[in-house]
Amino acid sequence: MADNSKDVVTPTGEAVEPGKRPTPVDHDIERNPGAPFAPEMFEQHPVNLSAAWRRSTALSSRRSIKKQWQAAWLVNAIQCIDLTTLAGDDTKERANRLCAKAKRPLATRILRGLDLNKVSVTVGAVCVYPTMVAHAVQFLSGSGIPVASVATGFPAGLVPFKIRLEEIRYAIGQGASEIDIVISRELVLKGKWSQLYDEIAQMRETCGNARLKTILATGELKTLRNVYAASMTAMQAGADFIKTSTGKEGVNATMPVSLVMVRAIRDYMDATDYRVGFKPAGGLKTSKDALCWQILMKEELGRDWLRPRLFRVGASSLLGDIERQLEHFVTGRYADSSRHALA
Amino acid sequence: MNTIIDILTDLDYGTAPEDPSIVNAWLEKHARNFGHFIAGQFIESGETFSVLNPATGKTIAKAAQGSSADVGLAVSAARKAQPAWASLGGHDRAKHLYAIARHIQQHSRFLAVLETIDNGKPIRESRDIDIPLVVRHFYHHAGWAELVESEFPDSKPHGVCGQIIPWNFPLLMLAWKIAPALAAGNTVVLKPAEYTPLSALAFAEIATEAGLPDGVVNIVTGDGQTGAALVGHGGINKVAFTGSTEVGRTIRKQTAGSGKSLTLELGGKSPFMVFADADLDAAVEGVVDSIWFNQGEVCCAGSRILAAESIAPQFERLLQRKLATLRTGDPLDKSTDVGAIVHPEQLERVRKLVEQGIAEGAQLHQGTVPQGCFFPPTLVTNVQPASVLTTEEIFGPVATLTTFRTPDEAVALANNNRYGLAASVWSENINLAIDIGAKVKAGVVWINCANLFDAGAGFGGYRESGYGREGAREGMNAYLKTSTPEAETPEETPEAPTSTPTGKIAPSDIDRTAKFYIGGKQSRPDGGYSYAVFGKNGPVGLAGLGNRKDIRNAVEAAAKVNGWGAQTGHNRAQVLYYLAENLSARRNEFETRLESFGQDTKSASREVEVSTRRIFWYAAQADKFDGAVHQTKSSHVTLAINEPIGIMGIACPTTQPLLGFISLVLPAIAMGNRVVVVPSQTHPLAATDFYQVIETSDVPAGVVNIVTGERDVLAKTLADHDAVDAVWYFGTREGGMKTEHASVGNLKQTWVEDGAARNWASAEGQGRVFLHRATQIKNIWIPYGE
Repeated sequence: MADNSKDVVTPTGEAVEPGKRPTPVDHDIERNPGAPFAPEMFEQHPVNLSAAWRRSTALSSRRSIKKQWQAAWLVNAIQCIDLTTLAGDDTKERANRLCAKAKRPLATRILRGLDLNKVSVTVGAVCVYPTMVAHAVQFLSGSGIPVASVATGFPAGLVPFKIRLEEIRYAIGQGASEIDIVISRELVLKGKWSQLYDEIAQMRETCGNARLKTILATGELKTLRNVYAASMTAMQAGADFIKTSTGKEGVNATMPVSLVMVRAIRDYMDATDYRVGFKPAGGLKTSKDALCWQILMKEELGRDWLRPRLFRVGASSLLGDIERQLEHFVTGRYADSSRHALA
Repeated sequence: MNTIIDILTDLDYGTAPEDPSIVNAWLEKHARNFGHFIAGQFIESGETFSVLNPATGKTIAKAAQGSSADVGLAVSAARKAQPAWASLGGHDRAKHLYAIARHIQQHSRFLAVLETIDNGKPIRESRDIDIPLVVRHFYHHAGWAELVESEFPDSKPHGVCGQIIPWNFPLLMLAWKIAPALAAGNTVVLKPAEYTPLSALAFAEIATEAGLPDGVVNIVTGDGQTGAALVGHGGINKVAFTGSTEVGRTIRKQTAGSGKSLTLELGGKSPFMVFADADLDAAVEGVVDSIWFNQGEVCCAGSRILAAESIAPQFERLLQRKLATLRTGDPLDKSTDVGAIVHPEQLERVRKLVEQGIAEGAQLHQGTVPQGCFFPPTLVTNVQPASVLTTEEIFGPVATLTTFRTPDEAVALANNNRYGLAASVWSENINLAIDIGAKVKAGVVWINCANLFDAGAGFGGYRESGYGREGAREGMNAYLKTSTPEAETPEETPEAPTSTPTGKIAPSDIDRTAKFYIGGKQSRPDGGYSYAVFGKNGPVGLAGLGNRKDIRNAVEAAAKVNGWGAQTGHNRAQVLYYLAENLSARRNEFETRLESFGQDTKSASREVEVSTRRIFWYAAQADKFDGAVHQTKSSHVTLAINEPIGIMGIACPTTQPLLGFISLVLPAIAMGNRVVVVPSQTHPLAATDFYQVIETSDVPAGVVNIVTGERDVLAKTLADHDAVDAVWYFGTREGGMKTEHASVGNLKQTWVEDGAARNWASAEGQGRVFLHRATQIKNIWIPYGE
């Protein structure tokens, strides 16, 4: 058999060894080192709710992505998914099933139909509870797919600070390379920004080389001004990503909240030159959602924020819908989920 | 190559074209050749003109160039259908309008695609904005049809309405015109713009499909000549026009003295005011929704961006960044933000103005644009208020950015314009935002939003942006008339004033000189002439003979008054009650004066008595003529505020020299206006006596200014004066016509009536109609939520 490894490229164009996860141009995006606490960057920052709603509504109606473009954008969405299971009844087998899907998110016949059978399409990461990390790491060994762990007393975060840091250490020790922490909502609601900064900064320090994703739990912060301020504080404290929700709040990722967070990312970049990632989580279930959020990223931040280095979607059921849509694109017939492997 | 793997590199949007095949089939069904729609059918006509798809430059159809004969035919059809339509009753008309709304909804995509092909606007806008608003408008007015008899009990339809609409929102403007007209019981002849006649013709078909009786809606296509024939047709009772201020002027002239009711929705150069505490990202999107919406072909577009100096650089940066993401191109593509300019002629006009601006030193920041009839979204910096780009309505996607230092300066710059259609105010400080909303001269104010429309809110301008409102209750008023009194014997032109010394004047103890009353001071006529005032048995006194300069002085004095309109209604009421108190105290003196004019004791006594009551009535109304809170969108408060018009010129009838004067001046000042009054030409001395009452009643200097003399001469000067915002003329038919003619300069509102028509002592002499005429409605949109 001829060595065709040189023909194997990632969807974004880089050559990779077969079976390796695509690592698109991540290397030129420098990690956010954080910045000194600077409340003037967010205090008094106005956010108008009704205008945010209008923009959110218009975003998805102003751009329409059809046919092969839609297929490509959906494949891109898959590469940005943090395929997640965060349930009380998670087991090793459950984690393994998820990891299997993470490695092969699309059936071969669909990949072939998309002419992507020679490249490696995987999800962006697998996201689990700390005690599941070891199982996932083991299953994903060699795949290049990072394992993310929630930590710091997820989802409420109301455990002693020392223990929260310890949990981060534990998860990293288990092999997690990304840590999704939750912030102390109390500190936001009381306006104790500097204390919030200190907490997140210590978590960042504890993470070491692991990426820090900061969950704001926006559904509990309520106002968009709080969301903006918390976003900015988290970035100043060194967050690699800011993330909307745990998936456990009453309201999870919404478009207006996401809009405000990505604008905070833009403002932080304008001020520091560092690019911080964004992760909406909870509530993104359909291909349409995947397109809308990607349109948001492209319109407000640009192409770079459509790479897994700067954009992740925390989801569990989304992948199934995307797979159905892609099968429809390939076959012209509407698909049924029974024909796709469960996550 | 558009393989998946290629697309994954750049993640472009690709193309997403809307399928035009249904519209093409419709055009083919009509052999791409359209006649007028008259009395329920398409009528062939001789001459035709080409209808273009501006995005492709191709002719998509021919439409008929309406002749006077075509217009005549359409007006007769409308006239014939009108009695039956009106007598159907509100409920049955409501059913028709409801059916039209339903059918438009069912044909919504067809209409959206047709509109986009004909006009060049992006399909997103026709699909998501224009057509849904059209549907909403018909539903809303189905409601008014149902309620018209109970909500407007003393009103009747005008009859036949001649309506002329522009090309920027063809179907939406049709809806704004036709829905209220039909709800009120009028029938219509409507002329769509020659660039965009197709959706009106499609509407006619759809209305027929929905069962609308023949002749209720007639569509005549054609150019300005067709429009002129329609406006000038004797069978038209009411003219409604939306379009340029220039054409609005022509129409005002053409209808002057005809007795046709007129509403004008004209141009604008609306300010878009961004304060330091605004959500700047929100304001950027506001600019997109404002001037980069519909290719900037929006009369109420916020084309003058005024930004606080402290945030202007940042705001400019954000706007420039936004420009880079806007997509200009194929209007049928679902990802297009800015489509084609409606016609190459319009593109040329936009280009010329922009070139002039560049020559003046303006700097352009533009998005990209394909070849063809397109103009890129443009931000202009380095411009001054004097630049042509700041003063002229461009009607293209061109916004100027200038700065202000303080809120006061922002208001001054915003109002430094002859238009007054809309304003957009961006601030998170509700105190500031509403204060600015109150001070800006505009019929519509959007706080932290832009270009929001709803059938439940009024829309229309101040100043040279026209008069009359469309939408809501105030819009229905434009299509209804209250019974206007008619004179058995019209007022005759009074004899020209005699300024030569006259015969012996009936003696009084000490000689009294009636002067003018200007700016709170008694003043002598500029010309130095007086004229004789006659009673039953010869001259009873002399009055000053006012001239142009006296009017000029009086208007200047009125302009200097600060705060009368901004006072509380309660405060104004207190002043007015005091007027009544002082008049009552001097009733004998006024009765004697009236008797000297030849009135008998009883009638003189009654006139003074009714005058006192009238003052009380308007004092009572001063704090009660409320506006409304309209129901528009959720989480929005839409306030309809009755604001004073400003400076009003009032020419009084010769009859009932005290009561006529009181009946016209009081509603005006009760609502907060300042007035320059020309009292009864023949018997002005009751009014000049009255300034002593005014002087003793705490009426601020300049609120009421009195100049006596030859009414028609002074009224014309007032109508000519650009600082006068409205003129009421009660006199002869000829004088009224002259007044209306002269009003075109700044398109001031006029109210012209036969001076002999009203019995001022009866109920006709007062009422809400006077208050409506003395106010203009400002709609302020305030979205809320945190």
